[in-house]
Amino acid sequence: MQVNSNLGNDLKGLRPSALFMYMEEIMSSFFSYLINGISLGSIYAIIALGYTMVYGIAKMLNFAHGDVIMVGSYMTFLMASSLGLPPVLAVLVAVVVCTILGITIEKIAYKPLRKAPSLAVLITAIGVSYFLQNAALLIFGANTKMFKSVISLPAIQLADGNINISGETQVTIVVCVIIMIVLTTFIKKTKSGQAMLAVSEDKGAAELMGVNVNGTISLTFAIGSALAAVAGVLLCSAYPTLTPYTGSMPGIKAFVAAVFGGIGSIPGAFIGGILLGVIENMSKAYISSQLSDAIVFSVLIIVLLVKPTGILGKKIKEKV
Amino acid sequence: MKNKMNLTKSTKSTLITIGMVVVAYIIMMILTKAGALSSLMKGLLVPLCIYAIIAVALNLTVGILGELSLGHAGFMCIGAFSSAFFSFCFKDTMAAGPRFLIAILIGAGIAALFGLLIGIPVLRLQGDYLAIVTLAFGEIIKNVINVLYIGRDVDGFHFSMKDAMALNLQDGGQVIVNGAQGITGTPKDSNFTIGAILLVITLLIVLNLVNSRPGRAIMAIRDNRIAAESVGINITKYKLLAFSISAGLAGVAGVLYAHNLSILQAQPKNFGYNMSIMILVYVVLGGIGNIRGSVISAIILVLLPELMRELQDYRMLIYSVVLIGIMLFNWAPKARVFREKYSLKRLLSKKTAKEEK
Repeated sequence: MQVNSNLGNDLKGLRPSALFMYMEEIMSSFFSYLINGISLGSIYAIIALGYTMVYGIAKMLNFAHGDVIMVGSYMTFLMASSLGLPPVLAVLVAVVVCTILGITIEKIAYKPLRKAPSLAVLITAIGVSYFLQNAALLIFGANTKMFKSVISLPAIQLADGNINISGETQVTIVVCVIIMIVLTTFIKKTKSGQAMLAVSEDKGAAELMGVNVNGTISLTFAIGSALAAVAGVLLCSAYPTLTPYTGSMPGIKAFVAAVFGGIGSIPGAFIGGILLGVIENMSKAYISSQLSDAIVFSVLIIVLLVKPTGILGKKIKEKV
Repeated sequence: MKNKMNLTKSTKSTLITIGMVVVAYIIMMILTKAGALSSLMKGLLVPLCIYAIIAVALNLTVGILGELSLGHAGFMCIGAFSSAFFSFCFKDTMAAGPRFLIAILIGAGIAALFGLLIGIPVLRLQGDYLAIVTLAFGEIIKNVINVLYIGRDVDGFHFSMKDAMALNLQDGGQVIVNGAQGITGTPKDSNFTIGAILLVITLLIVLNLVNSRPGRAIMAIRDNRIAAESVGINITKYKLLAFSISAGLAGVAGVLYAHNLSILQAQPKNFGYNMSIMILVYVVLGGIGNIRGSVISAIILVLLPELMRELQDYRMLIYSVVLIGIMLFNWAPKARVFREKYSLKRLLSKKTAKEEK
């Protein structure tokens, strides 16, 4: 906003070549914001995948998903900084821990409540979320930990150095695309993927056809939590402050992204995540950094009021 | 005594609830007068009323209307800021009594109005969607108030969303709402007596609503929307009624909150979604739909951490475990079998059956 308000005065005194340079500067800064938005959106998309899969299959809003991200980040932090493991190994440990955590949470807290009203399940999920946050608070303390980025790729310079794409941004976007492709293939081509589809369509019928419903739900939680660990590592590599509450806001925003794209739909989570990241970054850059959260939530409300099932909610039958 | 026997069950229950609050109030007042309360406990008296009121308000939405709202801290925030703004403006020109009365009406009215405005589009959604949208609304309200600047000088009021300088105040003008710094210097009008009176009024409003024809209509919608609609209940009307009353009462809690502190700021810890969830915890632990339970659980849960200071670090952890535990105990199939087997009622009836033999 501040750039634009001065634009009129500045343009008067400029020669055509200078004007061109000015335009180029605006374009390249716009492009940087866009790339950063897509990168942030990719993280949201990866988290949103976990939300959307769990919602599709268990019809529950897993509030604790955001805190699994936090656990993943802390595990990576512990392994890489304290034990000095190489980054790849640290991430791997975090993924394994989160997968086990996801399955455990499902077994203890959610499985007995399969037939309970959704309010009861939601409150249990909130309880789990509180539990993880406060357990982390007790174990790791309230102090902010500086997360050392696990990515050591050099930045790419574009357009004579006007656009700088950091290694974190590149990796985040690539990882997100890979996860999308692998996950879609997994669901379309493998037996377990088909079982997930079947369970999300109709639990009873799937059981009659010999699908192991409980196993499939556990698998979904495992995949979702593993993705959350990956998202946590990417998130903390890009924004290196780590506290017990690190996961809650991105978690809620990723849920917004999942709802935005149509909850239950995998491409929807992808589109919703990217759009949300771009909207957030653009409103931070051009409107107000303080109001960006309000803008993101307003967009969600408008989308839900116009299309209560989200962007891809009805058109795509593929539900996981 | 004979007179009391003729009362209906609901009136009796209402009287017990109100009586409970009154007795608690009298005990606290006696203890205060006797000097038996520590200053810490004295400081907790008003918050007790605040949290009890907002727990009752949320229980109206969650328990009676059957819709999950995660945005009640937002309504509390609206009530707090609108009333604090009013009180600040009339700090020197009005007597404390009528000013606070009007502040309460303003806080409740504006919060109820927002409840109505938000409810019209949002109550069409259901279940988890409604929860997430109310959460979003709460966050938006907190976010907007944090960038809101209002000042006053001889020309009247100035608004800005940028910073205090952008208000362009004349000499002698003052900033009233200063963005993230909030409102400083609200008159401290809240006290325990007013809090207790407001709690009683809140209870009367909610319990009367529950036991009235509209209340039964609201509960019918909760139990089966389609059946309620087919017997001619206007769903939108009653949903909005319950939701806006609930929002208005949350606003009253906000008014008490604002006038109990000299500095009012909208922070994540007092008006964020974590606060909404805290209130939900009170409601759930007190029993969803049980108004009296909400009051009791709010009081216990506010007092407990203060009484057990050394457990402070573990407080939230214990909360979360209890929350999960209660949900599992209520709904898990195994727990239900267990409860039926060992329920007090059954054990008692068995005993009497044996005695009869």
